[in-house]
Amino acid sequence: MSSLLRLATAGSVDDGKSTLVGRLLYDTKSVLADQLDAVTRASVDKGLSTPDLSLLVDGLRSEREQGITIDVAYRYFATPKRSFVLADTPGHVQYTRNTVTGASTAQLAVLLVDARKGVIEQTRRHAAVLALLGVPQLVLAVNKIDLVGYDEATFTVIAEEFAAHALSLGYPRGSVLAIPVSALEGDNVASRSERTPWYTGPSLLEHLEDVPVAPDPHDSALRFPVQYVIRPRTPEYPDYRGYAGQIAAGTVRPGDEIVVLPQGIRSRVERIDTADGPLEEAGAGTSVTLLLTDDIDISRGDLIAAADAPPRVTDEITGTLCWLSSKPLKPGARVLVKHGTRTVQALVDELHARFDEQALSSVAAPASLELNDIGLVTLRLAEELGVDDYGVSPRTGAFLVIDPKDGDTLAAGLVGERFS
Amino acid sequence: MTTLEPATDAAQDNLAALESEAIHIFREVAGEFDRPVILFSGGKDSTLLLHLAIKAFWPAPVPFPLLHVDTGHNFDEVIEFRDRVVEQHGLRLVVAKVQDWIDDGRLEERADGMRNPLQTTPLLDTISENKFDAVFGGGRRDEERARAKERIFSLRNSFGQWEPRRQRPELWNLYNGRHRPGEQVRVFPLSNWTEADVWNYIAREKVELPSIYYAHRREVYLRDGMLLAEGPWGGPRPGEEVRERTVRYRTVGDGSCTGAIESTAATVEEVIAEVSASRLTERGATRADDRMSEAAMEDRKREGYF
Repeated sequence: MSSLLRLATAGSVDDGKSTLVGRLLYDTKSVLADQLDAVTRASVDKGLSTPDLSLLVDGLRSEREQGITIDVAYRYFATPKRSFVLADTPGHVQYTRNTVTGASTAQLAVLLVDARKGVIEQTRRHAAVLALLGVPQLVLAVNKIDLVGYDEATFTVIAEEFAAHALSLGYPRGSVLAIPVSALEGDNVASRSERTPWYTGPSLLEHLEDVPVAPDPHDSALRFPVQYVIRPRTPEYPDYRGYAGQIAAGTVRPGDEIVVLPQGIRSRVERIDTADGPLEEAGAGTSVTLLLTDDIDISRGDLIAAADAPPRVTDEITGTLCWLSSKPLKPGARVLVKHGTRTVQALVDELHARFDEQALSSVAAPASLELNDIGLVTLRLAEELGVDDYGVSPRTGAFLVIDPKDGDTLAAGLVGERFS
Repeated sequence: MTTLEPATDAAQDNLAALESEAIHIFREVAGEFDRPVILFSGGKDSTLLLHLAIKAFWPAPVPFPLLHVDTGHNFDEVIEFRDRVVEQHGLRLVVAKVQDWIDDGRLEERADGMRNPLQTTPLLDTISENKFDAVFGGGRRDEERARAKERIFSLRNSFGQWEPRRQRPELWNLYNGRHRPGEQVRVFPLSNWTEADVWNYIAREKVELPSIYYAHRREVYLRDGMLLAEGPWGGPRPGEEVRERTVRYRTVGDGSCTGAIESTAATVEEVIAEVSASRLTERGATRADDRMSEAAMEDRKREGYF
């Protein structure tokens, strides 16, 4: 079992995400006395009789003033079984981009709904974003169950409606769990509640501790974006030439035949170096330095890949974009594409479709992509890249779209058609 | 804050993942920026940063210098440690002395004598004089709730200001370091580490720290619930009684606002056991500057502090 679970929260504003996260931290004893004191003092100042747990996580002055979460925050907590990194994301429509940020690295997402309101537009939008980014596990936390009198029928209606939506987004049945919770009262958060005897599943925390996590893609073919060339030129290491990077997918061993892209030069791995000594084998997620048997010209931005299963090399990407900027995207725009360790100039060639999260269908060729839109786009690149489909290899199928003028990140890009 | 436990196999996996992520971040910055620098105070987080930087570029030397903003209120043991580490690894050290700014009138001593808040101006001036475009800091998101909002690559304007509403989305492990002339990027390779991870990694890697992190006898006096040492920052004031106690430090900063805790933890293992039993965060226990207001950290970050 993996010892670390990366999760993200999502949901509409006022669904109680910050309270739920505060409750998780509180119930796992991840809040220390001085932090709780500060929250208790602030709660008293606001005229509250019990500590407002959302104040544990709403870290910005304007968040506390407005009682909403503005920006994604990362929280750390642990139980004897597992450590957790939690991306706490805002629910406001204008901050959907932060849901994308939190979901891009999440292995599980907790989507909140208010039991009184049920599945709403923002729930569907967030579920679509989570599906798009390939978050493998979902939890639907039906929050504020205390405010509907712990009513089973209300919960069942919401759970079934969401299950049908998740199924249509491609989630198999076993990957989605609905839990009735009260973040405020603590029902079914860390332990099972006696007030929902009709619910026989695990509490949220029990589920987070036990849920299987999809392993890193060790089985796929080697992908190694070259980050930096290490050339000491010191008396001890006069001829050392190592290619430093983090393995994006697959496994590497000395002797493996590799190809350097986009040039297409072949060589073999001579050694896998680290500061702690050479390795016999290294897998996805490991930062290493590769030495090759041939003296070839390789620099930052090149991709070292398994010679027998290379990615496709192309100067044109068709992919799905999550548009994260308030500046709209129009065909003909000049942008930068950052893929792995390489940044290339690109031209927006064609805008094929916009995805409608409500109808789960495509809307043919819009004039532009606006903030929070998801669309299918073809980009023409000034230089070739070695790319995989996001669904096959997320690390080499993901890219950023960057504004060349001010450097802003405009979009999250995923190679291939994620929705049709 | 998570509970500190002796590192299990699972925790060792976690440390390996955190190390790999930090090394990746160092190499990204080296690949994309012209003039990076590591902010180095000699404290445990910046010592860990340096340790990871050395591993990231081995067997080549670290390709950037260190920057220390010296408040003039340092612990002798820490300055001695700083200079020894710089010498040992053949590094270049840039020192910005707050005293220089006070002497020529660019800064004014505060009534309370604290110099931590005065660091921002020397930091920003030195960054701009040296044209540093990426500045590594040892900040961790578990330290404080405003820090929990921080990106790994944090764009600052030419005044060094942090604007939380305008942060760039940070997706996958694709860090966007683009910036305009005059702007800088603050980089936090330890973002995802907790205090527990830091100490477990220090134990695993046998990283040397300044001696004041471990229990020793020191003359201290009690002020606002903190044990302060005598030093150039003033004190004890009349009525503050100086007593020799067995103490250690959980954080190392300006002596005027960094307190010691009573402790007999003399080894890394004893420190891990002690911190795991503590009901106070490291900042809550010993940092006066965070107590000044509800949003003290956020306000200082907006001004250009780390």
